[in-house]
Amino acid sequence: MAAPSIPTAGSGAATGDILAGLKKKVDVGGTLFRLSLFLSLLVSLLVLVVLVSQVLVDGWPVLTTRFGDFLTTGLGSQPEISGIAQGLRGTFYLCLIVAVVAFPLGVGAAIYLEEYAPSNRLTNFIDINIRNLAGVPSVVYGILGLTIFVKGVGIGAITGGSTPLAAGLTLSALVLPVVIITTAESIRAVPQPLKEAGYGVGATQWEVIKDHVLPYAAPGILTGTLLSIARAAGEAAPLILVGTTTGFLTNIPAWWDVSQVRERFTAMPIIITTWARQPQDGFKVDGAAAAIVVLILFVVLLNSAAILLRNRFEKKRDA
Amino acid sequence: MTAAQAWDVSELQGSPKRHRREAIVRGTVFSAAALSILISVLIVYALLFEALSFMREVDWSTTWGQLGWFPRRNIFDLPTILVATFSVTAIAMLVATPLGLAAAIYLSEYANPRARRVLKPILEILAGIPSVVLGYFALRFIAPNIVSNLFSGAAPANLAAAGIGVGFLTIPLIASISEDALAAVPRSLREASSGLGARKISTTMRVVLPAALSGLTAAFIVAVSRAIGETMVVFIAGGAADSALRSFDPLEPGLTMTAAMASVASGTDNVAGEGPAFQSLFFVGLLLFAMTLVLNLIADRFVRRFRQEY
Repeated sequence: MAAPSIPTAGSGAATGDILAGLKKKVDVGGTLFRLSLFLSLLVSLLVLVVLVSQVLVDGWPVLTTRFGDFLTTGLGSQPEISGIAQGLRGTFYLCLIVAVVAFPLGVGAAIYLEEYAPSNRLTNFIDINIRNLAGVPSVVYGILGLTIFVKGVGIGAITGGSTPLAAGLTLSALVLPVVIITTAESIRAVPQPLKEAGYGVGATQWEVIKDHVLPYAAPGILTGTLLSIARAAGEAAPLILVGTTTGFLTNIPAWWDVSQVRERFTAMPIIITTWARQPQDGFKVDGAAAAIVVLILFVVLLNSAAILLRNRFEKKRDA
Repeated sequence: MTAAQAWDVSELQGSPKRHRREAIVRGTVFSAAALSILISVLIVYALLFEALSFMREVDWSTTWGQLGWFPRRNIFDLPTILVATFSVTAIAMLVATPLGLAAAIYLSEYANPRARRVLKPILEILAGIPSVVLGYFALRFIAPNIVSNLFSGAAPANLAAAGIGVGFLTIPLIASISEDALAAVPRSLREASSGLGARKISTTMRVVLPAALSGLTAAFIVAVSRAIGETMVVFIAGGAADSALRSFDPLEPGLTMTAAMASVASGTDNVAGEGPAFQSLFFVGLLLFAMTLVLNLIADRFVRRFRQEY
């Protein structure tokens, strides 16, 4: 009696065929597809890398030989002696105004929509309205700023015309919908039991919001606000419309001199735009690129802070 | 018993001070929300007021069939800026739609969590780059190194370069909305497809993408709206100072609606000015506002339909 079912050479080959048939075939189409998706994503990275190197190369002469002067001197008629001192102050005060105006208004509106608003037509209308405002082109906000904040009866007298105050209010209106939407999302993510526990021990609605909802939602709210401020810092179109100075400014106010929010001013994106449109290479290439490096550093700093903040808290919550 | 009877309804209502505070807070946050309506009203008012006087005073024969857009000579040929806007938007979408969609598919369907953590910030950083910087990049790099190499005879600064720049700017937007749309497709659909023996690529292309179609459409429309409204890239890299000849060739310099507005506003007689050139700013702004509003409302409808499905 032969031992049962000892596989012969022939049957072994057959099993091998079946196994080979079951084994995953190399999916050529799928692999190529996956690769092309990945490469598409890398194009964005490539754009970033090329952009940054182009700006660094163009701005190198200014960044290496007279960067200190570049930051502390004002606009001039000669590219070799022109700096961005007024632009830095302008952008700083714009960001400050946006933070002071858009942050409380945005958080307030989001609290109303998420916690207080009854579900009726008015709420629905406010909701749709905010989402549409978020899609209005920034240059149209410039028209709002020009008509209301620069020339508006009464308001124009307060802002003093084309000033950081008027421009800052315009940018606040611009980023307000974004602040509201991101804040509302963070508030929505607060677990219901957390609120119910608060009500259970007799807290009023505002006490629950103040002591439980807002602290829990704080990282999300801060992230959204930081991103909005970064966006405001880089916006140029509304500033052009409200009449930000594209020519010369003679004096450089002190950093802490708050009265400059009611003076003629310029800002970083405006300096970059004006210089990039000049015929001389000193402005068009060297100056504009160096100013871009400063602006990007500022914006990326704000953005990374926001991303880090979000990642850190996401990790904490997951754990 | 007597103690219980001593309770009065007013005593159960809590302290009036807390009630007052609640009412004040409620009123305050409501005004903050209502302010958004005021902003919309003010935007429409700001646009309409001067746009209407432009429409009353302008010689309408100057707005059609002219050589180009020359606001300072009172020639406002609308086709010039509409065609330029269309070219820039079309080029931007040709660049951004495949790149943004592919990035979204990769992040949503293929990348593992670790790869996502590394790759996603690329798009987020790109989204944070100010548009003036993209404008400079379009002028200094895209125009001479990409457009001129692909098409000989392109002007040193042209609408095609600006369009590519705007495209790069909208990649993150398309990617993030599309990724949300893909992520919302229920896992069970993918599992059913795999269970039937479909390859990953078939599942992605024939199951996930069609299921996410309304969300992907919304992403595209929002991006078109954003591209139409983008100002600075074209203003810096479009190659036209404050006037432009009508041209259907994107390799020529040109002014889009937004760039035309920025040009009028930054001219020598800028915001202090009166007259039709200044008022054209508001008329073009009104057109732009209407176009983007319609697009955004359509996109909103698609998003809503998508939410209803899943």
